[in-house]
Amino acid sequence: MSTKLSLTKLVLTGAAAFAVFSAGTLATAAEDMPPLPKHEWGFKGPFGTYDRAAAQRGFQVYKEVCSACHSLNLLYYRNLEELGLTENQVKGIAAEVQVSDLSDDGSVIDRPARPSDPFKKPFPNELAAAAANGGKAPPDLSVIVKAREGGADYIYGILTGYVPFEKLTPEQIKEFNVTKDDHFNVHFPGHRIAMPPPLEDGKVNYIDGTKNTLQQEASDVVEFLAWASEPHLEDRNRTGVRVILFLLVMAGLMYGVKRAVWADKH
Amino acid sequence: MASSHGAPPVFNNKLIAWIDHRLPIFSYMEKEYHTFPTPRNFNYFWNFGAIATVMLLLMIVTGVVLAMNYQPNADLAFDSVERIMRDVPSGWLLRYMHMTGASFFFAAVYVHIFRGLYYGSYKAPRELLWMLGVVILLLMMATAFMGYVLPWGQMSFWGATVITNLFSAIPVVGDSIVTWLWGGFAVGNPTLNRFFALHYLLPFIIVAVVALHVVALHVHGSNNPLGIDPKGPQDTVPFHPYYTMKDGFGLMVFLIVYAAFVFFAPNWLGDVNNYIQANPLVTPNEIVPEWYLLPFYAILRAIPDKLGGVICMFGSIALLFVLPWLDTSRVRSCTFRPIYKWFVFLLVIDVIVLGVCGAHPPEGWYVPVARLATAYYFFHFLILLPVLGKIERPLPLPSSIADAVLKKKAV
Repeated sequence: MSTKLSLTKLVLTGAAAFAVFSAGTLATAAEDMPPLPKHEWGFKGPFGTYDRAAAQRGFQVYKEVCSACHSLNLLYYRNLEELGLTENQVKGIAAEVQVSDLSDDGSVIDRPARPSDPFKKPFPNELAAAAANGGKAPPDLSVIVKAREGGADYIYGILTGYVPFEKLTPEQIKEFNVTKDDHFNVHFPGHRIAMPPPLEDGKVNYIDGTKNTLQQEASDVVEFLAWASEPHLEDRNRTGVRVILFLLVMAGLMYGVKRAVWADKH
Repeated sequence: MASSHGAPPVFNNKLIAWIDHRLPIFSYMEKEYHTFPTPRNFNYFWNFGAIATVMLLLMIVTGVVLAMNYQPNADLAFDSVERIMRDVPSGWLLRYMHMTGASFFFAAVYVHIFRGLYYGSYKAPRELLWMLGVVILLLMMATAFMGYVLPWGQMSFWGATVITNLFSAIPVVGDSIVTWLWGGFAVGNPTLNRFFALHYLLPFIIVAVVALHVVALHVHGSNNPLGIDPKGPQDTVPFHPYYTMKDGFGLMVFLIVYAAFVFFAPNWLGDVNNYIQANPLVTPNEIVPEWYLLPFYAILRAIPDKLGGVICMFGSIALLFVLPWLDTSRVRSCTFRPIYKWFVFLLVIDVIVLGVCGAHPPEGWYVPVARLATAYYFFHFLILLPVLGKIERPLPLPSSIADAVLKKKAV
């Protein structure tokens, strides 16, 4: 029958309408934002996994740099074992940190942290965090990679996207109202960002001998934060591949059964 | 066990016979899901009722388990959702199945509704069946909206603020109603608590309405792509195994797409802002609902007047209740409606355009486009549909389903 409706036709019509519209949108949204740097992340795609070595280096970057201002409220020291650290290493990392607790008689004490403790916050509360950072508390980083448009690429873009005041064009300074005390970041909406450039060449010294360039540090800490945001990604990907293979076989079987059942009716 | 058309079943198993004599559930299943005469010419659009039912059950099962681990408290909700994802065994799976499931439930239901529109499934004698379906859609929207509030992210909070504020457009009592809905003077802990209670309650009401929907369906049986009634056994096949197997195949294909999203792109359909904890002091740049509510959101914003916008938004769904009487054509299926057929496609494009407008801030070209698309939406139902039914000359209908099927085979 020529008039029979096909799903393909419908989908194509919809896609065409959508394409026309989104093309219009992109043109307006692109304005002054350069595209995010393209970076090869090992955790992208259905077979993605985290690079343990990079994530461990990233943890070092977080510990030595980011953790001065940014909390990781949803993480516990025990979680670090998932990055390939041994139980003893994690115990050691936790023990370096003093956390507040109650003793048996109810008095407030400081004790070394245990793997079962949550990551220590840099500030006792949000007001203190805001007061120490020019009025706005630095965001918690637990799910930061999921909480920003562009995800890992965006965080990497921010960390590597600073332009020193001397290198700005007069037009940029005028258009975005930049003063010497501001921090200009090409990937931040509005470009003036409260966070001073956190990373630079040689900011941390890697024990494994990896060259400590800005790009390397940024890439490592993003790997770590991506894991922090989505710690079950590898399990999810693995399960997903199996589930879809199962469903494909099941769909094939069902199609065969359906054909057989309908054989006398066609 | 006998399974021929119409003959009462005879159960060989003594226990089943004993139960059935007292509570005829087995006879019921036999009659309604085994021998039930079903038109033999369904295409794959007819899978989506069964698919939607499966999605509803899947949402309830995952939802009940999530509720066991979730904290409906404004201070704890956001973290509790992340704790589910991190520390509850397979919690990430439950949460992503539920979150993505909402989108796929709506997708299935929208295809199901399109099927009804295109093939005239809402026409006599199936008006009540259709209206019950519209009730299900409304309940789904309310449930989805309240469910979206529960993770207590930025979009949860501000979405709840915007939508509940709509009621303030009601003259005189509007503001009091909003305060009553919130349980306070802003969206807060009482709002979250009641939304959680209602989000748990409404799905079971949906199940009840779905049951009525199915009962109504089984009175006159399903419509079919030709839109003509079956005239005898040659036009139908028993529901089982013919359609149980076909639905099973369709369901598997649907689940493959669903699983691809659950496992490989669980956050792709969501808004990144909902991974930022709700903050009453910081308004996101744009407040947008999930994709399945965008067309209605666009209608709301297209009208320059607040009360007018609210009326049009609810009106766009209320219209569907009277759809069976707005359509004046005696022919059900668009297969035989050479003109109206194209207008159904145009309506689909119109709704997609509305959805795109709803996803963007109402500025620049989006304003006139959204207004035009809104106007066209109402024009379609209120003017085009009644008038076209009178002036369109339908193609000749085949004499029977079997005739059409056999002719198609011969070609």
